[in-house]
Amino acid sequence: MKTGFPRSLQRIVIGLVAVGLIVLALGGYFQPVSSWFQRLVVDAQTWFSDRYLAFVDFLTVPRDVASLRQQNAELEAEVAQLQTQVIALQQQVTEVQVLSALLEFARANPEYSYMGATVIGRDPSPFYRYVIVDIGSNNGILPGMPVVTNQGLVGRVDAVIAEAARVQLITDSASAVNVRLPASNTEAMLVGSVTGDLSLDMVPQDATVQPGDVVLTSGLGGGYPPNLLVGQVVSVRQLEYELFQQASIQPNVDFSRLQFVLIITNFKPVDITPLIPATGP
Amino acid sequence: MRAFLSILALVLLAVFLQLTVVSRINLLSGSADLVLIFLAAMSLQERVRHMLLWGAAVGLLVGGISAAPWYLCVGAYLTVVGLGRLLARRIWQAPLLALLVVTMGGTLILQGSIFVYRALFETALSLSEVFSQVVLPSLFLNFLIAVVLHPLIRDLGDRLYPLEA
Repeated sequence: MKTGFPRSLQRIVIGLVAVGLIVLALGGYFQPVSSWFQRLVVDAQTWFSDRYLAFVDFLTVPRDVASLRQQNAELEAEVAQLQTQVIALQQQVTEVQVLSALLEFARANPEYSYMGATVIGRDPSPFYRYVIVDIGSNNGILPGMPVVTNQGLVGRVDAVIAEAARVQLITDSASAVNVRLPASNTEAMLVGSVTGDLSLDMVPQDATVQPGDVVLTSGLGGGYPPNLLVGQVVSVRQLEYELFQQASIQPNVDFSRLQFVLIITNFKPVDITPLIPATGP
Repeated sequence: MRAFLSILALVLLAVFLQLTVVSRINLLSGSADLVLIFLAAMSLQERVRHMLLWGAAVGLLVGGISAAPWYLCVGAYLTVVGLGRLLARRIWQAPLLALLVVTMGGTLILQGSIFVYRALFETALSLSEVFSQVVLPSLFLNFLIAVVLHPLIRDLGDRLYPLEA
């Protein structure tokens, strides 16, 4: 049985439809259809791509975790090393700051010769406020030499061995330093205590001592050189029936954080013991 | 020989720690005495020998470093060792209690003798102030360290002088 259209007519119709479609496409009439198609293709491509990448990740991630862990461990080790270096450098900076302050003090007071020392220990007994420094008779240190920091008077050398010395702090209960208060032109005696507090004794009743007054060594007695800063008056206790006033002193030196000190090596203490009249019958 | 060297090393370690660390840790004006507690704990170990000699040697060492008279340190540390030896036989069932008793006795003897010496020969001291600011805080710190040190020293004694099977 034969079809209704001859083959040549079919070709002509198909050709015309094709030309018509091309003309319509060129005229932009197929834009919505082509957009929908493109979106479909892109979505499909994205879906396949995601699945592929997930599959690749699945195969390769274990190896990456191992390398990341190793890298992390290396970085942590490096951080720890850098932190150690930072701490060491911070410590060095602190030491340099303290030492430069001591050097500045030595330059500002050129009348004395100084020798720097590091505090390496404290007296094991809480009754004694002494520190041990790392230089001794081999460095020319002698008993009685005054010890200072850039902040003020620390104490004096009490005992010496070849490579170390023991320093009695002015806060020790047996320490007594002759001092003066320039503001009131008064002389007094600075004494320590078992608790480490400093107080002024033998202050004349007629002296006008105010909180904030600066306390300097007077040089009397020959135990310490004059004009070394000791501290400031915190409070004054004046009772009419007592012979002398008393005052609490805030030392300039922080004795709990004493690290480096300067020993004045060209000061020779005077022993006035023979001049003190003996008591008794 | 091994025991001698071990005890020597520990004594030196205790002295160094006392000078550099422990004496800086203050409660009010008191501080602990690691050397005293070490001697007390060692003397309570009956198997540790020559403790009196160790007490005298440590007393001389600490007395040489401290501003306190050496004979006070020697006397106090020998007393601690003697007290420890005495209590080791009597309160052997409660070694921690014995250590606390020896620590308390040793602290009071050492600080009491130093107080008497300073008050007599060096400076006037207030007994109440010394007791509240120095002795009691020191005693408290010594107790704390003694509790921590007790098992360590007991293990050390077992290692240095193992019981024969």
